[in-house]
Amino acid sequence: MSKVYIALQDNDESRYIVEAIEESNPDATVIHQPAMIRIERENKLVIERSVVEEKMGREWDVQELHINLITLGGNVDEDDDQFVLEWKQ
Amino acid sequence: MTIEIKTAMLEPVRNTFAHIERRFGDKPATRYQEATYDVASEINFHYKPLWQPEFELNDKGRTAIVMKDWYAFKDPRQFYYGTYVQMRAKQQEVAESNYSFFEKRDLARLIPDTIQQKVIRLLVPLRHVEQAANLNNMYGSSLGYGTAITQALLYNGMDRLGNAQYLSRIGLILDGNSGDALAEAKRYWMDDAVWQGVRAYCEANICVEDWFESFVAQDVVLDGLIYELVYLQFDQWLADNGGQDFSMLTEFIQNWNKDTNRWVDAVVKIAVMESDANKQLLHQWVENWKGKAIEALAPLAQEMIGPDALNTAITALDTRLVKTGLLK
Amino acid sequence: MAAKKLNIKDKYRLLTRDLDWDFSYEDRKQAFPYEEFEGIKITDWNKWEDPFRLTMDSYWKYQAEKEKKLYAILDAFSQNNGHLNVVDPRYVNAVKIFLTGVSPLEYQAYQGFAHVGRQFGGVGARVACQMQSLDELRHVQTQIHAMSHYNKFFDGFQEFSHMHDRVWYLSVPRSFFCDARSAGPFEFMIAIGFSFEYVLTNLLFVPFMSGAAYNGDMATVTFGFSAQSDEARHMTLGLEVIKFLLEQHEDNVPIVQKWIDKWFWRGTRLLTIVAMMMDYMLPNKVMSWKEAWEVYFEEAGGALFKDLARYGIRMPKYAETIEKEKEHISHQAWWTFYTHGHAAGFHTWIPSDEELDWLSAQYPDTFDKYYRPLWDMAKEMEAKGERFYTSGLPQLCQTCQIPMLFTEMDNPNQNSMRDTVYQGERYHFCSDGCCDIFNDEPEKFVQAWLPVHQIFQGNCGGPDVGDILKDYYKMNIGHDNMDIKGSPDEARWNKWKGIA
Repeated sequence: MSKVYIALQDNDESRYIVEAIEESNPDATVIHQPAMIRIERENKLVIERSVVEEKMGREWDVQELHINLITLGGNVDEDDDQFVLEWKQ
Repeated sequence: MTIEIKTAMLEPVRNTFAHIERRFGDKPATRYQEATYDVASEINFHYKPLWQPEFELNDKGRTAIVMKDWYAFKDPRQFYYGTYVQMRAKQQEVAESNYSFFEKRDLARLIPDTIQQKVIRLLVPLRHVEQAANLNNMYGSSLGYGTAITQALLYNGMDRLGNAQYLSRIGLILDGNSGDALAEAKRYWMDDAVWQGVRAYCEANICVEDWFESFVAQDVVLDGLIYELVYLQFDQWLADNGGQDFSMLTEFIQNWNKDTNRWVDAVVKIAVMESDANKQLLHQWVENWKGKAIEALAPLAQEMIGPDALNTAITALDTRLVKTGLLK
Repeated sequence: MAAKKLNIKDKYRLLTRDLDWDFSYEDRKQAFPYEEFEGIKITDWNKWEDPFRLTMDSYWKYQAEKEKKLYAILDAFSQNNGHLNVVDPRYVNAVKIFLTGVSPLEYQAYQGFAHVGRQFGGVGARVACQMQSLDELRHVQTQIHAMSHYNKFFDGFQEFSHMHDRVWYLSVPRSFFCDARSAGPFEFMIAIGFSFEYVLTNLLFVPFMSGAAYNGDMATVTFGFSAQSDEARHMTLGLEVIKFLLEQHEDNVPIVQKWIDKWFWRGTRLLTIVAMMMDYMLPNKVMSWKEAWEVYFEEAGGALFKDLARYGIRMPKYAETIEKEKEHISHQAWWTFYTHGHAAGFHTWIPSDEELDWLSAQYPDTFDKYYRPLWDMAKEMEAKGERFYTSGLPQLCQTCQIPMLFTEMDNPNQNSMRDTVYQGERYHFCSDGCCDIFNDEPEKFVQAWLPVHQIFQGNCGGPDVGDILKDYYKMNIGHDNMDIKGSPDEARWNKWKGIA
């Protein structure tokens, strides 16, 4: 097993996304670094549109994630409802 | 601390980068200037490309057009990346609201079937022409010389992908998102006699080696004629025949064309003014490709509108070329 | 007609993948002539999985939003004299290296991706490369705009474009990208799309940019993270390319492995300068090079190679050497620049005592043993008014073009040198990795424009080094180069800050 990770710019919008990630992946690790937030988890991490929408209180397109995204590690699978990072080992 | 700093002490040491100063003098530069001029490498390329060992990586020799300074091709729109995407973002916002209005009100149901069929046969296949244009502009962007023209070619190449996608969405509106109309339009593109001349023209141009010639064949000649024929005349014909709402769906391409033509005309004019040799070569290219394009578009123009349509388009293109100094 | 809802995958397929057609009137090979000469076998472009599914309208929308934010910050930065907020004027020298050494690479990336974005026969791969090409143009332009303000107040930025084509240490990053662009389209994708973008750029753009934030440089962190937001797409493309090639044909596996070996080695050599920037040029430290390397190369890269093992791909060759190098290279590089500071387009200095202690703590196994004594010596000489500059020109490695500054990893007192003879001529290298790369493509690497060779051959003016710096490099002698102590940069800073 290896870790997948995602890093977001530290700004207001990202805070809601991070909250959503924590809800969807309860055992994910959130690390705050200067100007950025890094989230890692063993093997797989899911960002769900519905959860982000609930946190933000508005409609949210999964592709909006790219505006605040800094980097990631893992195979990406993106569709209308979720953004998944995964190692297939 | 900061508050004690006197303004006089914060006088800049210089106004801009040295290469910008050499071109435009010692004064504050625009973002277009700093993003564009002398950004591309000029010398010491280390290795010859394995795929074209006869040239350097950046080489002026990939076209027969000769320029003393390739940065002469200033873009009248002064697009650098930021201004480019922001302009297109505004235009796409309008387009998006047009498309959703059209879809929400289901305006297609008000358009007679025969007109819808005509759009699928004669308008939607143009997405493949846009695809060819994407390739041809990318070609110039990757092998051309100097950022002034290569960045504009890149923006144009991406615009053409956008145009192809907007045209595809017209098909999807008409077929209820099944993709059937797109498949049908592609069959016309592949097999219908009305399209074969245009398709052969596109295939031939994609294989042209000289990137500037390819630009002439695509952006100057073919686009010049198609714009007049399709986005002005056919648009009017549709309006007169119960398909006026299609205008909402082609408005993006119409507006895009207006701003792009200013750049295309500027490129031709600058190359013509540079030398008689350039002018002769461009003249030869324009005549050659115009001949082919007229032949290719004739059946399409006839089916779309009628016998005089193509001549009107030719006259409009010639008028533009006269203004560039290429034609008398 | 009631429209069914299209999901993003179907929509993207209909709007993009279906645009291509089979040629009837010309030979398609003439339109896409470079797909075969590298020996890569593509049996079916339709198997290409789109790494991200951005249509142009969404691209314009999201990118315009990023640009609007970025330029609002750059405007505020320059209107409020944001350069005064950096912690220490020494920091700005890292930004000079960025503009002269890195930004022009973004331009080459634009050109390279435009080329493959035209030449690939599969429309899905082509369009993904075209978008990356456009992004890369964005990066070079936003970097120039971000640093435009620094250029007005500090030396060393003004000739970035001219210098990039000529200056000795800048030929390291430059030749790296020239090598990739002059290769075939598939090697380019493994070199830049995969090796560089997926693993190595993280080391430049993530910890270093975080460091910029920590050192008060709002302009750099803003363009850095904004650029990096495109990078996630680029990384996904890089990974998709390699999986696609490996799945297309088993004969591709050894070719791809060879390219991975080459480009990871070349990439780690290239990053030597980033190692030095992180350990020596950020006055406020975020993490050491070693730590960044462990997080982004060993951990993230390790996971990646485990994922690729199912295709028969192994870790890059020399991974063991690379692992040892993280303890050494930043120190060896900064010492080299310190001693060649008269010939560099940025300022150098002796680390402060506090910084030396930080380095000792971060590198307990190597710093005090091998590198601290050098700085003790330099301090002594400086105190005597004899700031040390070497007079000779360094010998360069024929492949990576870095001066022969590296040591044997098992004996850090011994310089690492290799050589080989090709067509009666002897060529020199810094390492086994670079020597192997040469031996695999000698006809390519003999073409290298080695700055020091060129100087000796009289191709860069002269005769004195001073003339070359001034006339051929267009360095502003006494302003751009030498120690930060006594530099015009330092004098201006002290005036702005009211330091006597």
